[in-house]
Amino acid sequence: MRKWRAGFSNKLSTKCLALLLSSLVLLSAPFLVKSSAVAQSPDPRASKKSQQADVQRIRILLAREQLDLPPPLSLLDFPPEDLGIAGAELAIRDNNTTGRFLKQEFSLEVIETTSAEELIAKVAERVAAETGFVVADVRADTLLALSDALKDRTALIFNAGSSDDSLREENCRKNVVHTAPTRTMLTDALAQYLVWKRWRNWLLVHGTQPHDLAYADALRRAAKRFGAKIVEERPFDLDVGSRRADGGHEQIQQQIPTFTQNAPDYDVLVVADELDQFGGYLPFRTWDARPVAGTQGLVPASWHPSLEQWGATQLQSRFQKLAKRPMRPLDYNIWIAIRSVGEAATRTRSADPAKLIAYIKSAEFDVAGFKGRKLNYRSWNGQLRQPILVSTAKLPVTVSPQPGFLHQFTELDTLGIDQPETKCRNFAQ
Amino acid sequence: MEETLFQKNTYAAATLAAGAALLLASSALAQTVFVTNEKDNTVTVIDGDKLEAVKTIQVGQRPRGITLSKDEKWLLICASDDNNVQVFDTKTLELVKTLPSGPDPELFILHPSGNPLYIANEDDNLVTVVDIEKGTVLAEVPVGVEPEGMGISPDGKMLVNTSETTNMDHFIDTESYEIIDNVLVDSRPRFAEFTSDGSQVWVSAEIGGTVTVIEPSSRKILTKITFEIPGVSQDAIQPVGVRVTKDRKKAFVALGPANRVAVVNAETFEVEKYLLVGQRVWQLAFTPDERMLFTTNGASNDVSVIDVEKLRVVRSIKTGRYPWGVVVASF
Repeated sequence: MRKWRAGFSNKLSTKCLALLLSSLVLLSAPFLVKSSAVAQSPDPRASKKSQQADVQRIRILLAREQLDLPPPLSLLDFPPEDLGIAGAELAIRDNNTTGRFLKQEFSLEVIETTSAEELIAKVAERVAAETGFVVADVRADTLLALSDALKDRTALIFNAGSSDDSLREENCRKNVVHTAPTRTMLTDALAQYLVWKRWRNWLLVHGTQPHDLAYADALRRAAKRFGAKIVEERPFDLDVGSRRADGGHEQIQQQIPTFTQNAPDYDVLVVADELDQFGGYLPFRTWDARPVAGTQGLVPASWHPSLEQWGATQLQSRFQKLAKRPMRPLDYNIWIAIRSVGEAATRTRSADPAKLIAYIKSAEFDVAGFKGRKLNYRSWNGQLRQPILVSTAKLPVTVSPQPGFLHQFTELDTLGIDQPETKCRNFAQ
Repeated sequence: MEETLFQKNTYAAATLAAGAALLLASSALAQTVFVTNEKDNTVTVIDGDKLEAVKTIQVGQRPRGITLSKDEKWLLICASDDNNVQVFDTKTLELVKTLPSGPDPELFILHPSGNPLYIANEDDNLVTVVDIEKGTVLAEVPVGVEPEGMGISPDGKMLVNTSETTNMDHFIDTESYEIIDNVLVDSRPRFAEFTSDGSQVWVSAEIGGTVTVIEPSSRKILTKITFEIPGVSQDAIQPVGVRVTKDRKKAFVALGPANRVAVVNAETFEVEKYLLVGQRVWQLAFTPDERMLFTTNGASNDVSVIDVEKLRVVRSIKTGRYPWGVVVASF
């Protein structure tokens, strides 16, 4: 499962470094521009016609910042090479299947690099030349710089990668909407289920990196909001250099029980470890027999590869056919961003970025996202309203909002920072 | 509290049973109801007179769409995960044969003459046309993403397919298999129903929460019907199955997780009533005499029986898990 991975330097054991290198070799080209031939049409008659008639062309950029990430604990969790890109390609295909009935053609260009400056320069150049839509999988800082670089253009950025609440609050921008759920949306979704389950007493274990602290903050906020209680907090002092819990199972089997010993009575251990450095070691090893939830164990996310409700089977199966692997949350975040552009083009019958952007941000907009209800963007900060899946590694357990958590306008706004609390002032100018 | 509820339910059940008995007495025709159970890979057979399940038959995997051949000798079932259509003998309930269907058949409709069968391949953006006698594929028509709803004009000349992710109704000429027009409707169109005179086609949009009525000859949208139920969130109003009476006076719309069937005046397009049925109601089928309407309630594992004249729910009947499609035979 892909989490927000802020780049932080790390020293790794030789073994892990080897693993990391092998996975990075595939991404090692310092700068890579890839155009995908996705403007295909399965119906030859339609494509012939489209060459003659006026075809509306809508070009979408996918901007990926390649980050230097520590390896996850499990070999199963190494990100696939085409993470996110496959989601983009599927959305372009879906848009084009509809587009061929309306003489609209969508195409994708992927820009990937390790350098934020280069990425921004390249995207700005492309936006100036031909496109109004950028889907970004980049760090929060890069996103803000990108937003600044494009602020005088008719362009909309979809933040598909960062769950940082500040990007929707004090740092919100007029030209950015967000398909990635925020940390507070994720933790609220989890908290609603834990409270519904009457697991109200939580032991909080958190990492010490900034993103872990932010996730822990979101958990504290959720506890307060929904009537749970954090009985104790324990920072997990992860020394990235030595990786305290590294090595075989013998030591971990000793360390985790000791670490979780002598806690006040609690119902569930909630963990904040976004980069998956120790959280995976907690389930089945705690001193008391307690479930684990948060960034590991029972995990809230925008998508799950085995969701089958609401017609999701079809999306999963189209994705599997295309990418030869299951669909991950980042693939979904990018898919729904590009589908939003497609939906706007279908409804407005236009390819004019200004028109499409206005429509996406308007109250009329909605898009179907295989989550059992219509999705749209919050008018005050551009965050995609969406149900959040709460799942184990293999299966969804539930979907929040939970029944009984009511809201004046829409129950979906019980997840995350709501309009009355927002610090966003720059989005809806 | 629970006891009170239980007593109330018992009382209600008794009243319903009495109502059903009355209904039976006035109903001269025998009839049999067939319900696909998506999760159980079975079909529940319901005695349409006694209004009780009499048999469960094992069918292919993930059965969804269900219909009868024109002579009612065959029961046809979309076995979605087996990628075929299964044909059962309606009397012996034995498997007669399987038909090719293209991948992931979801819903289908028979030509008014009884052949061919038009099948929506949900997973493959196709409508497959199959000769049910010969068991051969006559044509494949590329349509939008996730085709589902299938309607055919009474004269058999025009086929309508809805594509759930493309949000369109594709009007297909049944002679040339060409798409002659596409009409954009609200999100996730799931069902298309022609009126008996062919002058209208009613299309439900599950996520959009609306039913669009289209004039097939001009492909103009005549009206868009919306729904509002006090105490039920708009998001939960998700129209799926639609049936219009032959006299074109009333239409019934299944509203999914709103757990209600809307009764619409088909002349004025006004919603007149909401009938509370089981949970997550999707598909609907009239008895041939249109005195009763059966609804599949996926989340509560039952079908509700609606008295069409009195506009009352008279009975609910237990089925297998996740009942999906329903069809009623006249015997």
